[in-house]
Amino acid sequence: MNAPEPKGKFRVVGTRPVRPDGIDKVTGKAIYGPDFVTAGMIQGAILRSPHAHARIRSIDTSKAEALPGVKAVVTSADFPGQSAKIIAAGETSSSLQNIAATCMANGKVLYIGHAVAAVAATTKAIAEAALKLIVVDYEVLPHVIEVEEALAEGAPILHEGMITKGLDPAPDRPSNASMVFTLAGGDVDAALAASAVTVSGHYRTAPVHQGYIEPHACVASWNADGQGQLWISSQGHFDLRNQTASVLHMPSSDLRTYPLEIGGGFGGKTGIYLEPVAMLLSRKAGRPVRLTMSREDVFNASGPAPGIVADITIGASEDGTLTALKLEFWNQAGAFPGSTIHSGVMTALGAYRLPAYFARGWDVVSNFAGTKAYRAPGAPQVAFVVESCLDDIARKLGIDALDLRLKNAARPGDPGPTRVPHGAIGYVECLEAAKAHPHWSAPLGPNQGRGVAGAFWGNYGGQSTAAVALAADGSVQVTTGSPDIGGSRASMAIMAAETLGVPYESVRVTIADTGSIGYSMVTGGSRVTFATGKAVIGAAQKVIATLVERAASLFGVEPGQVEWRDGAAHCLDGERAGESLSISAIAGKAGQFSGPIVAELAVNPLDYLPAFAVHICDTEVDPETGNVSIIRYTTVQDVGTAIHPDYVEGQMQGGAVQGIGWALNEAYVFDGNGRMENPGFLDYRMPVASDLPMIDTVMVEVPNPAHPYGVKGVGEAPIVPPLAAVANAVARATGLPMRQLPLSPDRVWAAIQAAK
Amino acid sequence: MTVQTYHAPRTREEAVALLAADPAARVLSGGTDLIVQMRAGRAAPSSIVDIKNISAMQAVLGNDGRYTIGAAMPCTGLLRDEGLCKAWPGVVEAANLIGSVQVRNRATMGGNLCNASPAADSVPALIAAGATVLVVGPAGMREVPVEDIPVSPGKTSLAAGEFVAEIRLPVRPPRSADAYLRSIPRTEMDIAVVGAGVSLTLDEAGTCTAARVALGAVAPTAIVVPEAGAALVGTKLDDAALDAMAAAVRAACRPIDDKRGTAEYRTAMAGVLAKRTALIAAARARGEA
Ligand SMILES: Cc1cc2nc3c(=O)[nH]c(=O)nc-3n(C[C@H](O)[C@H](O)[C@H](O)COP(=O)(O)OP(=O)(O)OC[C@H]3O[C@@H](n4cnc5c(N)ncnc54)[C@H](O)[C@@H]3O)c2cc1C
Repeated sequence: MNAPEPKGKFRVVGTRPVRPDGIDKVTGKAIYGPDFVTAGMIQGAILRSPHAHARIRSIDTSKAEALPGVKAVVTSADFPGQSAKIIAAGETSSSLQNIAATCMANGKVLYIGHAVAAVAATTKAIAEAALKLIVVDYEVLPHVIEVEEALAEGAPILHEGMITKGLDPAPDRPSNASMVFTLAGGDVDAALAASAVTVSGHYRTAPVHQGYIEPHACVASWNADGQGQLWISSQGHFDLRNQTASVLHMPSSDLRTYPLEIGGGFGGKTGIYLEPVAMLLSRKAGRPVRLTMSREDVFNASGPAPGIVADITIGASEDGTLTALKLEFWNQAGAFPGSTIHSGVMTALGAYRLPAYFARGWDVVSNFAGTKAYRAPGAPQVAFVVESCLDDIARKLGIDALDLRLKNAARPGDPGPTRVPHGAIGYVECLEAAKAHPHWSAPLGPNQGRGVAGAFWGNYGGQSTAAVALAADGSVQVTTGSPDIGGSRASMAIMAAETLGVPYESVRVTIADTGSIGYSMVTGGSRVTFATGKAVIGAAQKVIATLVERAASLFGVEPGQVEWRDGAAHCLDGERAGESLSISAIAGKAGQFSGPIVAELAVNPLDYLPAFAVHICDTEVDPETGNVSIIRYTTVQDVGTAIHPDYVEGQMQGGAVQGIGWALNEAYVFDGNGRMENPGFLDYRMPVASDLPMIDTVMVEVPNPAHPYGVKGVGEAPIVPPLAAVANAVARATGLPMRQLPLSPDRVWAAIQAAK
Repeated sequence: MTVQTYHAPRTREEAVALLAADPAARVLSGGTDLIVQMRAGRAAPSSIVDIKNISAMQAVLGNDGRYTIGAAMPCTGLLRDEGLCKAWPGVVEAANLIGSVQVRNRATMGGNLCNASPAADSVPALIAAGATVLVVGPAGMREVPVEDIPVSPGKTSLAAGEFVAEIRLPVRPPRSADAYLRSIPRTEMDIAVVGAGVSLTLDEAGTCTAARVALGAVAPTAIVVPEAGAALVGTKLDDAALDAMAAAVRAACRPIDDKRGTAEYRTAMAGVLAKRTALIAAARARGEA
């Protein structure tokens, strides 16, 4: 089962059954984070900083504590002291100090919305009234928002004593640059100097939010004996449990954590915000405590994606062969170090053959909420820069934009971003499919332009645990610890059904709490169908081995004389040759054997493969108003094998739409005090349905040989190309460079006016 | 959000008495502004006077070419009156650009007007149409031009105890029509960066004999720009006339720079939209659209 079978051989893989969690979700029965209720639960509320940067001189909570109905008040003084130890924080990592400070400001507030105190009371209204009675004495400090301000001479320093890591020699003075990451090879300056053409550009994007519909929420209960329970909606209840337990200095196994349904995360629900606060409130109050964020809190105090400032130069020979790429970019990381510079650098180097390259990312902190992973973290911004610059090269040389990419695209065996050779990647196949698509040659009308952009995204594998258990009637229970965000219950059921040879409907999938199964990493890095899928398939294979063994015993033959096929054991030899025993016939006899049939498997597969995508976008620009309409959009992606094609297409469409929003209108807008002016969906403009055409999808299947069914991660790659695809389309519609996002009507109009 | 009392009066008189009795009372129509503001802590009325149960408050009445619209008529309800849609397409389309269908099933023109947002969509269309409102209050009734209701962002000229009971649209002369356009970054669910309402009349030769141009979101209240209307009168809406109208429009703009658009962009868009709106109104007046 190690080589991918030809597509036609699959019975269930590649079909489109209804998802098992669908009915509950569309009828409103599913329990999401803010829905969960438990006996005796009381309500918490959080006091948040009105200042972008201030020292906390003192906090007086006495009046709040005295308010009738108030059961507990918590400040950073209630948190145990933290070390600088770095721990995994979902898709990124962070120091315990910073993880704790993200939950509750310690000594200093670093952004408007930073938590400074919390109250639990018998009602939400009392808790909110109590917040107003807390007196915080602030010493307001100057703040910085933009990268240039943060790096300016004499800028206020957010983290006193922070010395930039990754520079040689190390700087001798603290700054707001936490880290630099560089990958370089060849003599890039010489290669650029020798290039027939070079194109340079200065680019900028704004911080954006994932925009998940469900706000953060949790319920915590912490008993006097030290054991606790946590009910959360997250991308990984094991990782959030670990972070919470680390911050609270408690053994992880003392904190049983239950996953609730998740209403979107996109990377933003891989870290903790409310959990330790709710735990501390619960311990003081002796009651379970709920904390929820409002939409405004989500914008101000969860983790948006960084904006970037970037300078790029790409060189090419006359025939369009790339000679060198030089990129330096500065991530607007928000209040805490650790933004996505590594994946940004990898993005710049993963998709094309580059004889000489230098790519450096800077992690720069400033006074808004610390940024977090957002779908292909760090990649869309950098791909915007690289793929826009490539378009300039194509125009300058008069080469078709897809041909330029085809000429230079990474092929299997070519060096990847860290020079490890690429495996069975499918970028060329995607580019060829894009070129063959009718969209690429469709005529355009006046004021219309067509843009194209490619994408590389590394994907991930990582640790997962799964169990497969048979009931006496032969129906199948699959248990994992991977929250289902994009339809993974259905995908797990499909892979288990395929492996066992049983109908999809006889497999049910549970996402278990931390007390019921072993560890699984967050649902992130497009890893679940790949890695958790491998655990499910492997556990199902162990179940088959047991079924075969028991069937052999029932047939009175050796296991080697029994074949598992179509959900039944077939006797190949002996008196009973030709007879078969169904899965239920064997499972029902568990009492005659060593007990029920169940297998668990823990895996840590690192033989994942990157995903590649190509997006084609047509825009029409209203030359008088600057409004940009997306009139046609096609996504092409190497998806390995589409286990459930509907949900693969859904990922491709969803990623494209989020990227279109990022390109057109989404942005954190700050006033002069560092206050986000648009912390709501009215003025934080994500696309609405009427803004979009149907997003066309073309799945290219180049299977991953290391996965039994050929799976590659599909969830993140589709958000990587749209920023550049849209910008390139607008650039071609207007004949003007579009190097700053978002391309809101006033910005596009101003560019058109300036060119007049 | 704690409201002490919720009233649902059945008559105008009852409503006036309730409003006069509590200076911190607020009228509730569709609630799509008021409830949002209460949840955000920007409004904290001590009592709510819901006017939806008052007779004719959710009706459209046509009489001899005039239209009387109950102040609490939801925007989508306007679409059901064919005569109104034919007579005042610009007013109906403006009210039906607000929010989404769900929002418009609650939202009303009365609320849109009395919320006194400079960006309210139906207000420039109503002003261009020459609409008036019937205000009822402790001192009786008065008829007021729409443009006199808002006085600054969030403030109206209504006195204590007064509320708007009706919106009135005049008789539409032959060969006249209205239109409304707004500029927004998205295609819906947005607040106007600029709004432009135009109502005009043509003679048989196609010459403009009357025109009113009103703008939203370019000043503290929606404004009527008489110079812009005058620039169209006596012309056949040729390019020169439209340019002159757009220049008058831009000259009247006193916008602010904010997260929704720069003053420069707003001013430029006012001219662009006024032209486009005038052309739509003219085509409708000629019976072409
Ligand atoms: C999601 C969303 C999208 C929106 N989009 C738009 C948009 O595109 N364009 C737009 O213009 N607006 C928009 N709005 C704002 C709002 O929907 C409109 O202003 C709507 O017309 C208000 O009408 P209402 O009946 O809901 O008013 P209410 O909320 O009931 O009242 C608004 C205000 O007017 C007062 N009031 C109401 N009726 C009267 C009366 N008869 N006499 C005296 N005072 C009165 C109330 O006390 C309150 O102060 C949007 C709102 C939401 C929530």
